[in-house]
Amino acid sequence: MARLVIDPVTRIEGHLRCEAVVADGKVKDAYSSCTMWRGIEIIMKGRDPREAWIFVQRLCGVCTTVHAIASVRAVEDALKIKVPRNADLIRNLIMGNQCVQDHVIHFYHLHALDWVDVVSALKADPAKTSELAKSISSWHNNSTTYFKAVQDKLKAFVERGQLGIFSNGYWGHPAYKLPPEANLLAVAHYLEALDWQKEVIKMMAILGAKNPHPQTFLVGGMAIPVDPESQNAINAGTIAALHKYADMGIEFVEKVYIPDLLAVASFYKDWTKYGGNSNFLACGEYPEANGKLWLPGGVIKNKNLREIYPVDHKKVMEYITRSYYTYSKGEKAGLHPWDGETTPNYTGPKPPYEYLNVDGKYSWGKAPRYEELPMEVGPLARVLVAYASGHKEIKEVTDMVMKKLGIGLEALFSTLGRTAARGIITLVTAYKIKDFINELATNMKNGDFKIANTEKWDPKTWPAEAKGMGWHDAPRGALSHYIVIKNKKIENYQMVVPSTWNLSPRDHKGIRGPVEEALVGTPVADSKQPLELLRTIHSFDPCMACGMHIVEVKEE
Amino acid sequence: MERETIYEGLVRRGVSRRDFLKFCATTAAMLGLSSSYVPKIAEAMEKKEKPVVVWLHFQDCTGCSESVLRATKPTIGQIVLDVVSLEYHETIMAAAGHQAEKSLHDAIHKYKGKYLVVVEGSIPTKDGGLYCCIGGRSALDILKEVAKDAAVIIAIGSCATYGGIPAAKPNPTGAVGVRDIIKDKPVINLPGCPPNVENFTATLVYFLTFGKLPKTDNLGRPLFAHGILIHDNCERRGHFDTGEFAKSWGDKGHRLGWCLYELGCKGPFAYQNCPTIRWNDGTSWPVMAGHPCVACSEPKFWDANAPFYADSGKKEEFLAKATKIGLGAMALAGLTKKENKE
Repeated sequence: MARLVIDPVTRIEGHLRCEAVVADGKVKDAYSSCTMWRGIEIIMKGRDPREAWIFVQRLCGVCTTVHAIASVRAVEDALKIKVPRNADLIRNLIMGNQCVQDHVIHFYHLHALDWVDVVSALKADPAKTSELAKSISSWHNNSTTYFKAVQDKLKAFVERGQLGIFSNGYWGHPAYKLPPEANLLAVAHYLEALDWQKEVIKMMAILGAKNPHPQTFLVGGMAIPVDPESQNAINAGTIAALHKYADMGIEFVEKVYIPDLLAVASFYKDWTKYGGNSNFLACGEYPEANGKLWLPGGVIKNKNLREIYPVDHKKVMEYITRSYYTYSKGEKAGLHPWDGETTPNYTGPKPPYEYLNVDGKYSWGKAPRYEELPMEVGPLARVLVAYASGHKEIKEVTDMVMKKLGIGLEALFSTLGRTAARGIITLVTAYKIKDFINELATNMKNGDFKIANTEKWDPKTWPAEAKGMGWHDAPRGALSHYIVIKNKKIENYQMVVPSTWNLSPRDHKGIRGPVEEALVGTPVADSKQPLELLRTIHSFDPCMACGMHIVEVKEE
Repeated sequence: MERETIYEGLVRRGVSRRDFLKFCATTAAMLGLSSSYVPKIAEAMEKKEKPVVVWLHFQDCTGCSESVLRATKPTIGQIVLDVVSLEYHETIMAAAGHQAEKSLHDAIHKYKGKYLVVVEGSIPTKDGGLYCCIGGRSALDILKEVAKDAAVIIAIGSCATYGGIPAAKPNPTGAVGVRDIIKDKPVINLPGCPPNVENFTATLVYFLTFGKLPKTDNLGRPLFAHGILIHDNCERRGHFDTGEFAKSWGDKGHRLGWCLYELGCKGPFAYQNCPTIRWNDGTSWPVMAGHPCVACSEPKFWDANAPFYADSGKKEEFLAKATKIGLGAMALAGLTKKENKE
């Protein structure tokens, strides 16, 4: 038995530590721990609910926008504000743009190096890489000369001995299966994606003023005006620019991301056997004009796709038995976020430390449960719920992916399935963005310039007490914010975020969180180079700054 | 083997001489230097070895790193692979766990006294610093060790400079900025939530060219980026001076780009170059898009400048300045005021 520690887990947002017990070349048990805490909810107390989004957006700069959206929705729910359609459309565009850009960055810059051996690319024959590229896509950068140039650059970089961000990678590890030519293709696209991401995100910069941390959200709508007669508002020129960045997104996802994903996945089909979970939750997203959500929400239990349960936030409870907090009702109690309490109670080892005390409390993350079950959230949950609900676009793309990989639906419950689901969501979202732009343009044409409902802007119009919640199916999964407003101020502010679900520690019954569960059974060729563990951990796209917020502290 | 220079790196990545000189010229302009400095900057890029950079993450949201990822002049690919040698950065480095710790250890020993440290996020000091641990060690410990042999330190973002959002009242973890801990090294502050990557790049280039950090104000911020009030460079300043204010979201004034002061704009209290350089390759910035500035470059702005949507009242103080252009007094008297009605 070996006790393996990965800390820091890199190529994620934030500070994550993973401890695993390995025996006979397999993970027997695993523990995921959040090792950083800021106390954002305590900071929220007593502030103006209308500006909560500005604060909580800083939970995470990678999942920028997502907490802002959940926050304005929570306040709008509490104050019973219906936002104008244009505001929903602008939000949909910002959310969609974030989803497309963020998932591509995840695939190439956070996840790819788990599957792609950068050093092996040096041995590739650029002519063969060119053939491979042409066989899978019509993307324009596909000549021998192009791949030779990329390889030469890489060579010069390696020969200089200054590997920079590629230093000390697990290069040459036996679990890398791609031929050198495919590795070279992926390295070339790693670099192209770096250049692409800063361009495609300009859609958000136009609508949100900047990225990261856009600044045009508003309780009641959006702060960016719409007026075809003004140079200082969304006008015809803006619509043209939005289409340009939407097309840029579609082209890259269609011609680079998806073909690469399929090519890489075809060499790693054994990863449909590892890293799966049984329970999934998606909250649904993208309000349509008819009041419904474009992607449906739902809960899947025990992998049963024949029965999709509706999501009810009242069934969410958080436990702290193995987290660094105490509850007044005892260690085993579960609390709904509206009644949540959090008193920090660090019982872990004093730094510097070698191992966590995994038999006791071991994480700053709480353990959220839905009807006492851990839930995986994120792209896979979203795809499974939509597929099982008969969602047309999701079904089409998922069937295409399964057909090309020669796998069935059951194979999606895995590390590879999770990584593929992210690509599926990205593609359908990239297409859908065009519809939202067209609808906004039509509204403008019809003289609808309304961007905010300001009836409740003045706090004098508010009830003495109100509470609300806001869902947002963020790139990393179902996110929910909860607010209690009293005397025009925040009385209580709470967030249950995707990485709290996925990276959750054990609960009051000792049941593992989704990442912990997914890691059990993972093969480990060399416990000093735990590449295989990183594959599964990264497939969840952990985001720890989000995950280790605190739910509420009673003031002493 | 000799380490390559930045210019060699850029050429290797296919950057033309013309683009290279253009980059030098843009940077000189941004730094407020005359064109006679362009050759000096170019020379430094051509002859000096790429600096080794170690990037530390503490109580952060990675928004500053994301901001740097949006770099366009040069691009992030060029910065990471060519302009600097980035030896440690948890968000993008290939290595993890022990191998990542080794990268950090190797960099600070091999390049002792020469490496540049970038710190993102605040440092918790309460309860022995246990609120942020990496590799089982506290942020406080890691910062002290890495800073010891650093050439200079860049505190990037409002958290690393002043404690930022974790230090907002009641500061549950005792979060502080780098300068509160490191007293014996040159530390430059690049505040902003997040900061604009262009200011980061310009600071780097200044350091490479002149071997020292750019001139700063009394808060340790580079003057080229933080020397002028947002209000004084704001494209909507004329509307302030003539008393044209947006009163409500989506009203006529708001749609026509009138001043956002009465909706809460904090531009008159913020020293930052957003109106001149804008964000994301010059695409936009908050006031341009219709939302008030929250003065994210200022110390303790989360407390000092909130509530963000309240008219700050003190218009007369600014009008004393505005009188210089002769319109302020008239605006105050309502003489030039236009009606904000449909």
